Amino acid sequence: MPGVNGRRRVAIIAGCRTPFCKAGTELKDARAVDLARYATRELLERTNLDGPDVDEIVFGQVVPSALVPNVAREVSLLPQFPKEIPAYSLNRACASSGQAVSAAHDQIALGHADVVIAGGVESLSDIPILASRRLADILVEAGKAKSLGARVGAFSKIRPRDLVPVTPAIGEPSTGETMGQSAEKMAKENHITREAQDRWALRSHELAARGTDEGRLAAEIVPWLAPIVTQDNGIRRDTSLAQMAKLKPVFDRRYGSVTAANSSPLTDGASAVLLMGEDAARSLGYEPLAFIRSYAVAAVDPGWQLLQAPVWAVPKALERAGIQWKDLGLIEIHEAFAAQVLSNLQGFAAKGWEIDEEIINVMGGSIAVGHPFGATGGRIVTTLAHEMKRRDAPFGLVSICAQGGMAFAMVLERR
Amino acid sequence: MAAASALTWETTDGIAVVTFDLPGEPVNKITQAVKEEFIATFEALGRDSEVKAVAFFSGKRDAFIAGADIEEFVAITTASDAERLSAGGQDMLERVARFAKPVAVGVHGACLGGGLEFALACHYRVASDHAKTQLGLPEVQLGILPGAGGCQRLPRLIGARAALDIILAGKSEPAGKAFRLGIVDELVPPAILQDITVGAARRMATGWRPKRRRRGGLAGWLLDGNPLGRRLVFRTARRQVLATTHGNYPAPLAALEAVEYGLRHGMKEGLKREAQLFGQLAVTDVSRKLVQIFFATTQLKKDFGIDNAPKPAEVRRLAVVGAGFMGAGIAGTAVVQAGVDVRMKDADLTRVAKGLAAAREILDDRLKRRRITRYEHARLVALLSGDDHYTGFGKAELVVEAVFEDLAVKQQVLREVEAVITDRAVFASNTSTIPIARIAEAARRPERVIGMHFFSPVARMPLLEVIPSDRTAPEVTSTAVAFGRRMGKTAIVVRDRPGFWVNRILAPYMNEAGHLLLEGAAVDELDRLMVSWGFPVGPITLLDEVGLDVAEKASGVLHDAFGDRLAAAPAFAKLVRDGRLGRKAGRGFYRYVGGKRRGVDPALSELLDIHPNGGPRAAEVIQRLVLVMLNEAARAVGEGVVRAPRDGDLAAIFGFGFPPFRGGPLRHADDLGAARLVGELERLAERLGARFAPCEVLQEQARRNTKFYP
Repeated sequence: MPGVNGRRRVAIIAGCRTPFCKAGTELKDARAVDLARYATRELLERTNLDGPDVDEIVFGQVVPSALVPNVAREVSLLPQFPKEIPAYSLNRACASSGQAVSAAHDQIALGHADVVIAGGVESLSDIPILASRRLADILVEAGKAKSLGARVGAFSKIRPRDLVPVTPAIGEPSTGETMGQSAEKMAKENHITREAQDRWALRSHELAARGTDEGRLAAEIVPWLAPIVTQDNGIRRDTSLAQMAKLKPVFDRRYGSVTAANSSPLTDGASAVLLMGEDAARSLGYEPLAFIRSYAVAAVDPGWQLLQAPVWAVPKALERAGIQWKDLGLIEIHEAFAAQVLSNLQGFAAKGWEIDEEIINVMGGSIAVGHPFGATGGRIVTTLAHEMKRRDAPFGLVSICAQGGMAFAMVLERR
Repeated sequence: MAAASALTWETTDGIAVVTFDLPGEPVNKITQAVKEEFIATFEALGRDSEVKAVAFFSGKRDAFIAGADIEEFVAITTASDAERLSAGGQDMLERVARFAKPVAVGVHGACLGGGLEFALACHYRVASDHAKTQLGLPEVQLGILPGAGGCQRLPRLIGARAALDIILAGKSEPAGKAFRLGIVDELVPPAILQDITVGAARRMATGWRPKRRRRGGLAGWLLDGNPLGRRLVFRTARRQVLATTHGNYPAPLAALEAVEYGLRHGMKEGLKREAQLFGQLAVTDVSRKLVQIFFATTQLKKDFGIDNAPKPAEVRRLAVVGAGFMGAGIAGTAVVQAGVDVRMKDADLTRVAKGLAAAREILDDRLKRRRITRYEHARLVALLSGDDHYTGFGKAELVVEAVFEDLAVKQQVLREVEAVITDRAVFASNTSTIPIARIAEAARRPERVIGMHFFSPVARMPLLEVIPSDRTAPEVTSTAVAFGRRMGKTAIVVRDRPGFWVNRILAPYMNEAGHLLLEGAAVDELDRLMVSWGFPVGPITLLDEVGLDVAEKASGVLHDAFGDRLAAAPAFAKLVRDGRLGRKAGRGFYRYVGGKRRGVDPALSELLDIHPNGGPRAAEVIQRLVLVMLNEAARAVGEGVVRAPRDGDLAAIFGFGFPPFRGGPLRHADDLGAARLVGELERLAERLGARFAPCEVLQEQARRNTKFYP
C-alpha cells in the first residue's frame, strides 16, 4: 500500500537503546562509538535480523569524538555486518536521531534501500577536549617543521596558559546565549511559573518510574553489562514538589525559575531503530510496529525563543500527513526543559488545539529518562511506536526542539 | 626441460626467475624427483651465460615449501639409507649455497623443514609480511632433525641460541619474528615480494652483497660469539631438553649435538655428523610413532567420523547456554579460532557478564602474546555478546549447552532452546557423563541433538569428543565435527556409551592411583613416575586439576554403568567430603597458595589413614596404572566406543597427554602384545582383584595372535 503521498510506505520494525545514564556515572567508561555499536548489535539480536540484510546505517551525534568523526561508519563496520554497508553521521542538534529516522525513511521511500538502521548516540562523558587556539597553531607549525631546530623553536613558544584545555561551548554560536538561559527567557516571556515547571518535571519522573516498573520502558532497554545497568539512572522515585521547590534557579539566581530538577540532565546513551519498506518487511517476515506518515522541520530566529520552533514544525507535519491535531492518539514531546514543554504546549493551544495531557509523554520524557542529545530522537520514536501498538492508537506525533532554533516533527500511523 | 616439471624458469635482463610448482599437489614438497630437478635446473642455470643471477619463488598460492616428502622418508628402513637421504639433501643445498651466480629467494606462505633449509642455502631471503608466511624447522616433532644443513646454516646465520630455540621446539615463526631474528633479510608486503627479490638478485649480480650483523649486542656476543659462551648455551639447552623430555625423546638432544659439533669442527664435519644423527633418528621407534601420529592426525582432518558424511552446515552464529567456566571457554575459543559470532545466555546478567569477561580473557591473552593486532582484537571483542534471555538464538546454526551436569537441568535447557531456534539448528550438549540419548528424550527434534564434549580449559585442551546418539542425523555429526575443527580441536566421533572414550579409560587409571595411595605409595612419587613414563602430569595432579568432585561424579556414572570394576577408589570420596576439590578449591592432594602449588598436603595421611611407606615397587606402580588403562581401552574398543584404534589413540594423546612416543594406548598394547598383557593382567587379578581381569578383546587377540593395528 503506498503512503499518504503516493510513495512507498516505510515501517518502523523495532527499536532499542542502552540505558540512559547521567554523564559521569555508570556509562562513563564507554566511548560513544561503543554505545552506538552496542545498541545496534543488540537491535540485530532482538530482531534476529541478519547483518547482510541491512542496506544503510545513519546515526545522529551532536558532539562527535575527534577520534571517531563518523560514528555511523564504525557501527556499520561491526563484524555482524558486511563491510560494504555505507553509513554516515548527521547533526541536527537534539533532533539528530529523529533526523536519522527521517533520512532512513527517505532512502527507503525513494527505493534506494529496503532496510536501514537509524540511530543516535551521545556520550557527554566522552567529549572532545580541545587544545587552545595558540597551542593548536604551534603544534601544526611543529608538525610541518623540517628540522629539529625548527621543531624546538616552535615548541619553545608554548606558554603555560596555552596548555589550559578548552571544553566545547554549549552556548549558541550566534547569540552566546546558553540553552538554559533560553529556557529561562521562554519561561518569563510565556509566563510559565516555577510551580508549573516543577509539576511537569515531577510528572515526568512519576510516569517514567511507572513505565519502568511495568516493564514497558524497560522493554526498550538493552542491558549494559560492564558494569551491569538495566535501567535509566536519572529517574527519581524519591522526589516531591516540596523538595524540588528548595532548589535554587541555575541561570538566573534572583528572578529565575529553571532549576536542575525541571531540566533534562547531561546524559550518555545510544538508540537504534530498524526501518524497512513495507513490502520488504513483509518479505523478510517482520511485523511493523508503525509506519511513518510524514515529517517536517522548522527553524526560528535563535535570538527569539530558541526552543519554540515545534510550534511551526508540528502543523507542517500534520498538514503533510493530512490529519488534524485531534486525530492524534499519542504525543511524544522532547523535554529539554519543563519551561520549553509548557511553552510549546501553550503555542499549540494558541492554535485552538486542545491539550490532553493524558496522551502526552505517557512514559515520562527527557527530564526523567535523560537526554543524550544525539540519541533522544531514536528513543522517542521507539517509545511512541511501541505505545501506539499497545494502545492501538491510529496516529502518533513526535515533537523535538533543537539547538539553533530548530525543531523536528514526525507523524506515525498504525495501519 | 622434462615434461610436467616442478621447476620452470624464464630469464629477463639476466635474471632467471625460477618457479617451483609441484604438479598435482596442493603444496610444494621436496621429493627425490624434485631434488634431481633442482640439481639439473641449477646446472642448466650455471651453464646459461645469459643468466647472471637467480630469483626463486613458489608457484603455489600462499604456500612456499612445506618440507621434505614424509612418505619417502617413511619408506626408509635402515639408518644408512636415511643417512644417505640426508646427505643427498645436503649435497643439493651445498650446490645452491656454492652456486657461482647469486640466488635470491622470495618466501610467501609456509616455509618449513627442507623448505627453510633451502631458503637458508640461498644468498638473499625476502619474506612477505603475510599471516600465512611462517618459517620453521618442525623436524624434531617427527623425532628427527633438520638433516639438509639446517643444523649448520641456521646457527651460523642467527647465532646458536636463537637457532636452538627454533630447532629444539620445532615450532614455526611468523615472518615478522623471522625477520627480527635475522632469518630473512627483508620483510615486504606480498604485492612487491617478487619485485624486491628480483631487485636483490640484480644487485647481487653486480657484486653487491648483503651486510649481516650479529644481532643481540653484547649479550649476543658473550653467548653466541665465542666458544666459552656457546658452551654455556649448549649446557643450558641440554638441561632444558632433559627437563621436558625426561630422556624419552632422542631427537632434540641429537639436534643439539649436530649444532654443537658443527660449530666446533666446521661446516663440513658438521654436515657429516648431522647426516649420521639423522640416519640414527630416522629408524628409532620414537620417530616411527611420531610419524604415525602425524599421518593419523592428517587423515583425521579429512574424516567426519561417519560413513558417507553429508556436507556440514556452515556455522556463522554459535549460541552458548551457561556462562560458567566451560561455557566461557567454548565461547572465547570459538571467537578466537573460528571468528564466529557468539551469543551467550545464562540465568542472570551477573553470570552473563562474568562469562563474557572470562571469554574475553582468551581474546586478551591472544593480544598480549601478539598473536593478533589490537584492531583484530577489537573486531573479535565485538563478536562476543550475551543476555539473560534467549535473544539472538533464532540466528544460531549451532547451540552448545554447558550448564550444570544434571539430566533434568539439561533437558529443561533443551526444551527452552528448541522453542527459540530454527528447525535446522543443532543442539549440542557439553556433557561429560550423561548419555546423549537420555538428554535427547526431551527433544522435539532428537535428530538435531548431539554431544560435544570439550575438555577444560577449553582454550588449551586440543581434544573434542563428538557423540551422536542413535537418532542423531548424519548431517548433525558432520556439522559438529567441522565446527570443532574450526575451533582448532582434534575432533573424534565416539559412541554414546557412559564416559564416552576419554573418561572411560581414565577412570580405572585414576582409581588405581587411589588404590596405590592407600597401599602406601607417596602422592608425589606416583606423579613423578608417570611423568617419567611420558605423561605431561601424573594421575594425582590430573585429579587435582580436573577437580575431585567432577571426577567423583563421573566415576559414579561409570560405576553404575559398568559395575565394581570401575568403582571409585575409597580415598576420593573422603577428600570431597573434606572440601578438597583440587586446585580450584586451593586444596586437593596438593596445597595451592595464590594459584601456585605448594607441595603435598601433610594433613592427607591422617585424613586417609595412610602411611607412606614407599608402597609397591616403581615398576609395579607403572605396570598397574598402565595395564588397567590399556585393558579398559581394549574393552571399550570391543564395544565400538571408538570407530578405529587410530581415533582411540589420538584421543588419548590429545585428551590427556598419553605419551605420544608410545603411540597411544592401543598402539602400546600392540607393542607389548596381547599374550603378554593377558598374562600380566591375570597375575595382577589373582593378587589384587577382579578389576584387573583381562577383557575379552585382549584374550581373543592373545588366542588368535592378532593386534589392533594391522
